[in-house]
Amino acid sequence: MMQLALVIDLNVCVGCHACVTSCKEWNTSGSAGPMSDQNPYGADPTGTFFNRVQTYEVGEFPNTETVHFPKSCLHCEDPPCVPVCPTGASYKRKEDGIVLVNYDKCIGCKYCSWACPYGAREFDEQQRVMKKCTLCVDRIYDTSMAENDRKPACVKACPTSARLFGDIHDPESAVSQAIRESGGYPLMPEWGTQPSNHYLPRRKTRIKIHLDELERADNPLKVDHQLPRPAASEPTLDDVVTW
Amino acid sequence: MHPAFSVIFLTTLIGAAQGLFLALFTVQSYAAFKLLPPPDAHAFYGQGSLLALALLGAGLVASFFHLGRPERAWRSIAMWRTSWLAREVIVLPAFVGVVFLYGLAHWLNWHPVLMTLPGGLPVDPSAILGVAGTLLAFALFICTAMIYACVKFLREWHSSLTVINYILLGGASGFSLAAAFAVLSAPELVSFLAGWAAIITLLGLVSRAASLHRNARLQPKSTLQTAIGIKHPRIVQKAQGFMGGSFNTREYFHGQPVAVLRGVKWFFMLAVFPLPLLFLLSGMQGGGAGGLLAAAFVVQYAGLVAERWFFFAQTNHPQNLYYQSIA
Repeated sequence: MMQLALVIDLNVCVGCHACVTSCKEWNTSGSAGPMSDQNPYGADPTGTFFNRVQTYEVGEFPNTETVHFPKSCLHCEDPPCVPVCPTGASYKRKEDGIVLVNYDKCIGCKYCSWACPYGAREFDEQQRVMKKCTLCVDRIYDTSMAENDRKPACVKACPTSARLFGDIHDPESAVSQAIRESGGYPLMPEWGTQPSNHYLPRRKTRIKIHLDELERADNPLKVDHQLPRPAASEPTLDDVVTW
Repeated sequence: MHPAFSVIFLTTLIGAAQGLFLALFTVQSYAAFKLLPPPDAHAFYGQGSLLALALLGAGLVASFFHLGRPERAWRSIAMWRTSWLAREVIVLPAFVGVVFLYGLAHWLNWHPVLMTLPGGLPVDPSAILGVAGTLLAFALFICTAMIYACVKFLREWHSSLTVINYILLGGASGFSLAAAFAVLSAPELVSFLAGWAAIITLLGLVSRAASLHRNARLQPKSTLQTAIGIKHPRIVQKAQGFMGGSFNTREYFHGQPVAVLRGVKWFFMLAVFPLPLLFLLSGMQGGGAGGLLAAAFVVQYAGLVAERWFFFAQTNHPQNLYYQSIA
């Protein structure tokens, strides 16, 4: 059974918020819209978003790292927001594992948002119903789009390709390989929600160079120690022999 | 959590109504076994049920203010298999219906003997409705409390003490109201009802104090480290992704200084327990002290509104970890 999800590479995200604006633009005019704003140009603007990029500082000066952290619905495999919904408006699709809200059934009681430990749901003050990331369900199956465009708007917008999209239940998919091989992890694993979205950790690229690797290991004169060891700066056999 | 007054009034009003109904049927059961003098059915059971219905109706009205789309409220019975909220939405009208029929049976003095228990005890429709109402009252307490107690990561709520508190505090306010109401309708029952109100209030004090004790010692399971998955002891949020407010910054924060929280806690610890106890006990002594018993209920109810406010405000939602710094 398919479980679509995002894999977000924190090593690559630069915190540009392109995914936030692209998400808002697509979804406010798509089938999940509108994503209404209140007082957008006033002193205290607020509005509905499916996706946010937050910034954290890890460590203590001068050893700090700035981590940009995109945050949206994680489409949990065992979503705690679904069973609490009294109307069945909140549901998880069997065919692809996307967690959705049926706006026509939602009574706006906000109980699902209380039951989400990640704060992934936002109440729309204009439509008076709960809204959340749809994984662009109105894009990814749209056959009128080029196949390359059938991805969530945030994925398409990311300039550094920090966002991968795919089926995490297919072991051969790019997202599964990324999770497996790059240390993908879920958020707040302590609640057993089994988030489908995974995050790839920050990585430091370091190589360890041993002293003997600075010299030619295949130099027979050095290996045999029959002659005085030439200085590292002297020409080696490779430099003087045409093989 | 941000305390919503719609939910505060819903839970306190229907809690008092459930307690009042339990008090009415307790009296009827005692009277059936000749342990108490039977009160005037019309005045005590009939008008008492009317009072309970008025509280239930007010609670129901309050609940609609919590909904974004109240016109669709009927849909909320659909998922009773999984949702305690749906179960509450089913049990509440059922309880209202049974209280209405119970009151009607007494109001119309409709007491045909349906069967006779061993020992010659006659069973009339009001007894059967009373048993059904009692079961539904407890079911409703459980449904209401489980809405909160079942959310496992809201750890202040995720405890059997939540359910016990809803039952005892609703019961205490209902019995206090019944005692004050009996001054007008059945003066011979005042000390019986006030005595039970005092006992349930004392039990409520024990269980509420136990939950305060428990919640003060909770260690958070989620930390910023598990929230963003970075294992470093020092992580500071620098930006939450927006400068204005959002649903996430409004719904999960009570927005009051710690001093207010502490003040509310001490207010309800006084107003729900010792003050009503004092009023109840002195009202029992000087028979016919209607004012004291009315004060017991009013003070206790005001205290319960504060108690429910604190119940929400004290609860720290793990999503708040993501919303600690604006920019």
